[in-house]
Amino acid sequence: MSRHEIVSPIPGVFYRRPDPDSPPFAEDGASVTDDSPVGLVEVMKSFHQVPAGVSGTLVEFLVADEDEVDAGQPVAVVETQ
Amino acid sequence: MRRLLVANRGEIAVRIIRAARDLGIPTVAVHSKADAGALHTRLADTSVEIGPSPASKSYLVGDAILAAAKDTGADAVHPGYGFLSERASFAAAVADAGLTFVGPAAATIERMGDKVAAREVARAAGVPTVPGTPGGVAGVDAAVEAAREVGYPVMLKAAAGGGGRGIRVVHDEAALRTAFGQASHEAQKAFGDGTMYLERYVELARHVEVQVLGDGTEAVHLFERECSLQRRRQKVVEEAVSPGITEAVREAMTTAAVDLCREVGYTSAGTVEFLVDDATGEFFFIEMNTRIQVEHPTTELVTGIDLVAEQLRVAAGDPLRFGQDAIARRGHAIEYRVTAEDPDRDFLPQPGGVGRITLPSGPWVRCDTWLEPDATVPPYYDSLLAKVVVWGADRDEALARSRRALDEFGVDGVPTTAGLLRTLVDEPWVASADFHTSTLEQWLTSRKETA
Repeated sequence: MSRHEIVSPIPGVFYRRPDPDSPPFAEDGASVTDDSPVGLVEVMKSFHQVPAGVSGTLVEFLVADEDEVDAGQPVAVVETQ
Repeated sequence: MRRLLVANRGEIAVRIIRAARDLGIPTVAVHSKADAGALHTRLADTSVEIGPSPASKSYLVGDAILAAAKDTGADAVHPGYGFLSERASFAAAVADAGLTFVGPAAATIERMGDKVAAREVARAAGVPTVPGTPGGVAGVDAAVEAAREVGYPVMLKAAAGGGGRGIRVVHDEAALRTAFGQASHEAQKAFGDGTMYLERYVELARHVEVQVLGDGTEAVHLFERECSLQRRRQKVVEEAVSPGITEAVREAMTTAAVDLCREVGYTSAGTVEFLVDDATGEFFFIEMNTRIQVEHPTTELVTGIDLVAEQLRVAAGDPLRFGQDAIARRGHAIEYRVTAEDPDRDFLPQPGGVGRITLPSGPWVRCDTWLEPDATVPPYYDSLLAKVVVWGADRDEALARSRRALDEFGVDGVPTTAGLLRTLVDEPWVASADFHTSTLEQWLTSRKETA
């Protein structure tokens, strides 16, 4: 088991849902693969998906919904096999 | 008008504050936390923080803006563009609070904001509209039947849409059947209204829009702008007047725009947008923008009329100061939108701190911006850094001056689109104005492929 930190590629506002009326992309404990989205970052009115980047189990979000994030800031942790 | 609250930020807030100051009207700026030290905040006579940095918690909160107006004794509100500028409920709330909204009546915003209702107004005024359904279609089968009459390709549009969202182009019945449900669902989610209508899709279209001013009784036009150079349906370069229409089309189109304004008793500055079929020269009404627009300076440079000042005068209850005969045009103006985006990384927006800046200036060059040395480009708002606007005695002179102005533009710290815009000026199809609404996108794609 090893810990993989998913980082935001850009600064902006982090969203856990694709839109306000939808469920979150992923909950704690969810299985994710390389390209599973775990959130969106809104920067200057454009939206960018943040993929998990690895396969494993999403164990923890490090930022809350609608938190401001910096480029390179870890947003969630995945445990890989 | 004793005191004007400017319910916006960035270059347009700066622009409005300056127009108000020219007229001797004191101003109130509202700002988010991120904009505490911004130019518009410092330039106004008074400033009020209205909430946290995200626009949804500050610039889009009508109640906070009205509270700021009350606290500072403002008796008028200018919404600028974007944010609350075309929200009828906000215009109504401003009026209900006993304040002057610098824009048309809430009912007019509502009517023209509903694309189906707007098309009905256009028809009533005798203004040609794109062949399509007169109103929303009841469902997918009704859409299929309507498309047969209109003829493919057709464009599916959300009645409540805007900014290019909720639009699909389909080329046959099978594609229409697939797209209809998706688009309607999307529109329901985005705008709370899934009503769709459809219209003929003009393949080689120019986007030409007429600037109008009305005082509720009289209306005039200030000629047109061509806004065909777009990326992802967002305008990138605009010019006044259009190099792509004949004098006969100009005459008919501007007359149609004024007829439409009279039909709705339009008050304030507005823009009547048309699609021009480049193959036939036919023009069709598409929508009306009931606000000042980003590209308004091009019209100001060719007519010598300060559109924001006229908005303020009309809002204060004055009749229009001039009739159509008094409005002349002279020369040609072009506006370039410089944004904090990286053209080499698919236009990824890049907020951050800037260092040194050099803004173009000099003869017949105008730069509308909020940018200052050592400013921060916040991640929360749109990526517009500056509008570089040039004037020339004719289009060729304006293009030559564009080269000089865009060469001068320099910002340290964040990537910008200025270099790309400078490259664009040298393209032969730009010089010959041989373009339509897809040309810029095609050019960008071909550059990417050859890179």
